[in-house]
Amino acid sequence: MFNSLSDRLTETLDRLRGKGKLTEADITSAMRDIRMALLEADVNFKVVRDFVAATKERCMTAEVLESLTPAQNVVKIVLDELTELLGGTESKLVLSSRIPNVIMLVGLQGSGKTTAAAKLAYLLKKQGKSPLLAAGDVYRPAAADQLATLAGEIGVPVFRGDGAHPVAIAEGAVREAVDTMRDVVIVDTAGRLQIDEQMMQEAVDIKRAVKPDQVLMVVDAMTGQDIVNVVSTFAERTDFDGVIISKLDGDARGGGALSVRAVTGKPIKFASVGEKPDALEVFSPERMAKRILGMGDVIGIIEKAQEMADAEQIEAAERMLRDGFTMNDMLDQMRAVKKMGGMSKILGMLPGGQKALNQMGGSMDEGIFDKNEAMILSMTKEERDRPSIINGQRRARIARGSGTNPSDVNALMKQWGEMNKMMGRMRSMTNQMSGGRGKKGKKGKRGKKMRMPGLPGMGGMDMNQLMGGLGGRGTGGSDMELLRQMEQQMKRK
Amino acid sequence: MGLFDSLKRGLERSREAINEVFYFGGEVDEGFWEDLEDTLVMADMGAEISQQVTDDLRDEAARRNLTTAPALRRALAERLERVFAAPAADPFRDTPSCVLFVGINGAGKTTTVGKIASAEAARGGRVVIGSADTFRAAAIEQLDVWGQRAGVPVVKRERGSDPASVCFDVLDEAERSGRDLVLIDTAGRLHTSPELMRELAKVVNVTRKRAASMKTGPMAVRVILVIDAATGQNGLNQALEFNEALGLDGIILTKLDGTAKGGIAFAVAARLKLPIVRVGVGEQVDDLQAFDAHDFARALVGGE
Repeated sequence: MFNSLSDRLTETLDRLRGKGKLTEADITSAMRDIRMALLEADVNFKVVRDFVAATKERCMTAEVLESLTPAQNVVKIVLDELTELLGGTESKLVLSSRIPNVIMLVGLQGSGKTTAAAKLAYLLKKQGKSPLLAAGDVYRPAAADQLATLAGEIGVPVFRGDGAHPVAIAEGAVREAVDTMRDVVIVDTAGRLQIDEQMMQEAVDIKRAVKPDQVLMVVDAMTGQDIVNVVSTFAERTDFDGVIISKLDGDARGGGALSVRAVTGKPIKFASVGEKPDALEVFSPERMAKRILGMGDVIGIIEKAQEMADAEQIEAAERMLRDGFTMNDMLDQMRAVKKMGGMSKILGMLPGGQKALNQMGGSMDEGIFDKNEAMILSMTKEERDRPSIINGQRRARIARGSGTNPSDVNALMKQWGEMNKMMGRMRSMTNQMSGGRGKKGKKGKRGKKMRMPGLPGMGGMDMNQLMGGLGGRGTGGSDMELLRQMEQQMKRK
Repeated sequence: MGLFDSLKRGLERSREAINEVFYFGGEVDEGFWEDLEDTLVMADMGAEISQQVTDDLRDEAARRNLTTAPALRRALAERLERVFAAPAADPFRDTPSCVLFVGINGAGKTTTVGKIASAEAARGGRVVIGSADTFRAAAIEQLDVWGQRAGVPVVKRERGSDPASVCFDVLDEAERSGRDLVLIDTAGRLHTSPELMRELAKVVNVTRKRAASMKTGPMAVRVILVIDAATGQNGLNQALEFNEALGLDGIILTKLDGTAKGGIAFAVAARLKLPIVRVGVGEQVDDLQAFDAHDFARALVGGE
């Protein structure tokens, strides 16, 4: 199995260079790679066929064939076409002016409806709405209990009704919402197979009874080829308005999402990316397209870093720029990386990162964090604030105190040195920017600040050591290399 | 209804699809092989395996001079059947046995535990359930309902408590009351979460240690991965990761009663050489049946 279509395409097309010009046969061979990649990503086979045919046509233009970088051009076309197929732009949840709004969730067993209901309620609550959850799954044992527990955690009321008649429960919930001044009702329903006529009819009956403003179908990101049969029946019977794609925090490529959009034309509105209530994101077609192609998710990393960058960290970043980078900062950043899911997760989101990760055996030794943490914790307060005072004697003491070797301490010091240098460079950049405006350029600086705490975090660990397998990039400057790579990706957007 | 019949019913759609391929008129041409490969891909077998299987069959057809649909059909069934590992001891009948059910969220672990408890208790098995999914809201209550239906005791702790301690408790209970089939439900988790996988490895280790020192003699511990039949190619990653972290003993394929083909079972079985110990072909308790590679392959391919 391969991980990145762009890597593989580049390889295929690179072999053909020197021929001066690509031929139709070359493009056909590239299309075979694309076909395999999409199939491995669980994109439906018929969708793949149509997609490959359409893409091939676009690639056959002279512009692509005669360009100096045909591989990049082909990749770009594939990415564009995929993004287009996924809906092009984000599709937001639009609520009507009717009070209460009714949202109904449908889907197969185990797709994650109950969890999605709670997450959606939480999202709406954060937006200032006052949702009410309706426990319409009366079949699975304790499903209503599950909803009630989740709802309790996010402080949203649940209407359980008689716990036996889904249609009556949905209707009752709407009445309850009117009585208690709730403006959105989210109806959770039982999981059902699309070939179970009785259960499908029930879904239709619920829909007819409460006339939901939005019917959302919850689809598991890991679903395979069968998704096409499932969604076309659901679309036909319940005529849903949009899709929530669940369990996207795993490593499934989620090609099913593409199939859903292509087969039913219904937009994907949300993606569920974690177990916590706030792990429901507005779906981004471009990011999904990149994921399907294994192209990494640089924007995802930056957003993730930004989320983590709370006020405190912004302040810390300011101080770092002013006073230099201390060991305490390094410790904070290592912990921040841990909080983001560890180095493997971040690396996995980078272009080519998954490949590098696989070369290293699928995961990284996160133990280096613990080691570095132990060393920093073995330093005195003064040493942490001014690492430059750490001499040979102190290094030996730190090594003893943390159960490591002096060479480990040396590596940590070297890493700190590089970080500090980088900080210096950023400092001069910031000064230039604010200098031009006379006073401190608030806006320009703000943007920088937001991003800063996450980015140096990437360098907070020994990238040279950790990413040693990454194409023999040699020593030194890996941090900067990575930053540059990310910058370029950002610009390309 | 026998296994073959219900499997056949469950796999009807996929068999129809494959039948279409076999109803070609006249010669076996290039289009036939392409269609065949596509059909296997559609069954979630994975692009790579499908290609391999098709190529193998093509070689075999040339070698043995197979030109008719029934002959090719038989050859394909045989080819698919060979992918599955030879059936090992039944983890639910070869007692004393302690079985841990693992898998991603929504695969059907809790329901499977409930169904197996019911089925084995009805056969006179001395079953006890351990509710080690202490994370998901109402998982314990869900299992309680199954326990009541089956007349099987459920050992549990509060939500949020240490799952390993529940495993310890349930083995204590088994020892005390002389029950020799212990079924342990665990919290669903994505295989990409290292912390959760480590937690699960600990749960399995604790269970193995405790089961080895039972007063009634050591109890075999089996770890069974539960996979939804609708799972796509990610199922292979799931199986690899769970196997690496825990050392799997078998697979249960659930929800084969939809239109999903369950082809991922082929991919997993081919890669990990793991036996499939049960398949779920319906919502009823006795719809969870023993797996027979021959029947499965035969039902999938069609013919007699």
